[in-house]
Amino acid sequence: MSEKAISQTDLARLECRAAEMRLHIVKMMGSNKAHHFGGSLSATDLVCALYFYKMKYNPQKPDWPERDRFIMSKGHSVPAQYAALAMLKVFPLEELATLKQLGSRLQGHPVMHCTPGVEGCTGSLGQGLSFANGMALAARLQNYNYQVFCLIGDGELHEGQVWEAAMTTPKHCLTNVTAIIDQNGLKAMDESSCGKLLEPLSQRWASFGWQVREIDGHNLAQICVALDWATASPDSPCAIIAHTVKGKGVSFIENKPGFHNAPITPEQSRQAIAELEANLQTKREALQ
Amino acid sequence: MSELFETRMVYGDALLELGQRRHDLVVLDADLYKSTRSIVYGESFPDRFFDLGIAEQDLVSTAAGLAAGGLIPYCNSFAIFLTGRCYDQIRTQVAYPALPVKLIGSSAGLTQGPDGATHQSLEDISLMRGLPNMTVIVPADDVETRQATLASADIKGPVYLRLGRYPTPRLFGPDYQFKIGQPTRLRDGSDIVIFATGHVTAKALAAAELLNNQNIQARVVNVATIKPLNREAVLGQLDGMRYVFTVEEHNIIGGLGSTISEIIAESAQVPLRRLGVRDTFGESGTADELLEKHGLQAEGIRTSIVETLT
Repeated sequence: MSEKAISQTDLARLECRAAEMRLHIVKMMGSNKAHHFGGSLSATDLVCALYFYKMKYNPQKPDWPERDRFIMSKGHSVPAQYAALAMLKVFPLEELATLKQLGSRLQGHPVMHCTPGVEGCTGSLGQGLSFANGMALAARLQNYNYQVFCLIGDGELHEGQVWEAAMTTPKHCLTNVTAIIDQNGLKAMDESSCGKLLEPLSQRWASFGWQVREIDGHNLAQICVALDWATASPDSPCAIIAHTVKGKGVSFIENKPGFHNAPITPEQSRQAIAELEANLQTKREALQ
Repeated sequence: MSELFETRMVYGDALLELGQRRHDLVVLDADLYKSTRSIVYGESFPDRFFDLGIAEQDLVSTAAGLAAGGLIPYCNSFAIFLTGRCYDQIRTQVAYPALPVKLIGSSAGLTQGPDGATHQSLEDISLMRGLPNMTVIVPADDVETRQATLASADIKGPVYLRLGRYPTPRLFGPDYQFKIGQPTRLRDGSDIVIFATGHVTAKALAAAELLNNQNIQARVVNVATIKPLNREAVLGQLDGMRYVFTVEEHNIIGGLGSTISEIIAESAQVPLRRLGVRDTFGESGTADELLEKHGLQAEGIRTSIVETLT
């Protein structure tokens, strides 16, 4: 089957969005406070492609029943989702600065009925795919055609419930579910494997009845093609294993386990913002 | 001996009744649908019934997704697996967003007797009542089970409905109307008041009859809703009472005894004693033997009360 690639202009526009998202993420986290820099930045391109390329979504009506759903199962990476929702004007961009503050709608982990556009409560790891399955079943029972996308961390795959859910999706033929694995290779303390064998990951998902595709999770063209493939697949649910870099986009954070949930200094913050602004500038120039 | 009724059978029929009335109901089970009686619903509405297999955590989280999608899911499993194993899923994905997931804990208390401590739930009320947004209902007989099941669908948020397994006497007449939060006086008396919940309410009533022979007049109040519980209605039962007793098939820590104690400690000065399982795990035995061991048969309740008063 031939696959339609995203146009160069659309791709350049999308890359701009991702660059802007990274800037918002680092700015909202500020300095001297512990935040999940690593996982938010590894997931950025995936979340960007979902909201700005793939999902059927009306930012003016985040409760529109026909909308596609996104569940951030790796809930600590929610700043990436907040950045996308703010850029879509689901809530004001200025609100990003309230992240994790008392009284803020932007809680440290995703909370439905609190942040507009957030579809479920996650943060205790391993629960998102089951929730996504439930939403997909609800779509079928109510004759809606929406898709449900669930982003799961590779460290999160240690949670047994992920595999319970991975058995449920094909069993109930929930082909409107797409699981995306953010395989950045690191968890809170060290490598995601920590001696437990996650590989061969593709074969593991396939053995549960999923169609699987591996991609570069920072290559937006590949991400878009994979998302189109996943939602066009009529026979079985699809899993996308996205190879990513934890902390992608900020040189001193990339691939450092120490930045799973840690503060950066004001100077580091300035450096990160400078790097990301330069990147955004390059992307904007490419667009023109 | 009055006729006995098995509440889980009544639950299955009530679920079916709900299914006939409401098309937004979905029922989920985790490989125990014959025992929980959700099979009754599954046979009539196979398109709205899902067996998630032996995966209770997946069961609860899937139900949360269904509820977020606009449906009313009923989750069925043994009480301790549902509340204990899935406490985190219930807390994060059901209670926190106040989704209308109905958790039906079957074979609660000591009623799964011979299977031993792993299958008995003596901590489930405690776990569920500690969760914000959660309604906790423990029916005493078949009439109340049917009404509580029907009422649960209309409660906006999550509900934990605790069901026993063994046959139990009917305590309520055809005119009974279950009301969330409202305790019901089953027997009047002027000396002491016994608050009881669930299947052992019948035992408390029988104990009150025995106490009558010793000139102790016991009022018996059934508390079907552990949370939310109308505190004024509880305090209203205390007029002139020498002593308050609570009776439950649950650990005395965290269940009905704790609930009533908390209300009384803040507002009244009546001594209180909690009767129940005294902070220990269960073991294998028939339900009757276990109730006797823990002093929850009528004679055991009578003895504890007399000892306390003398």
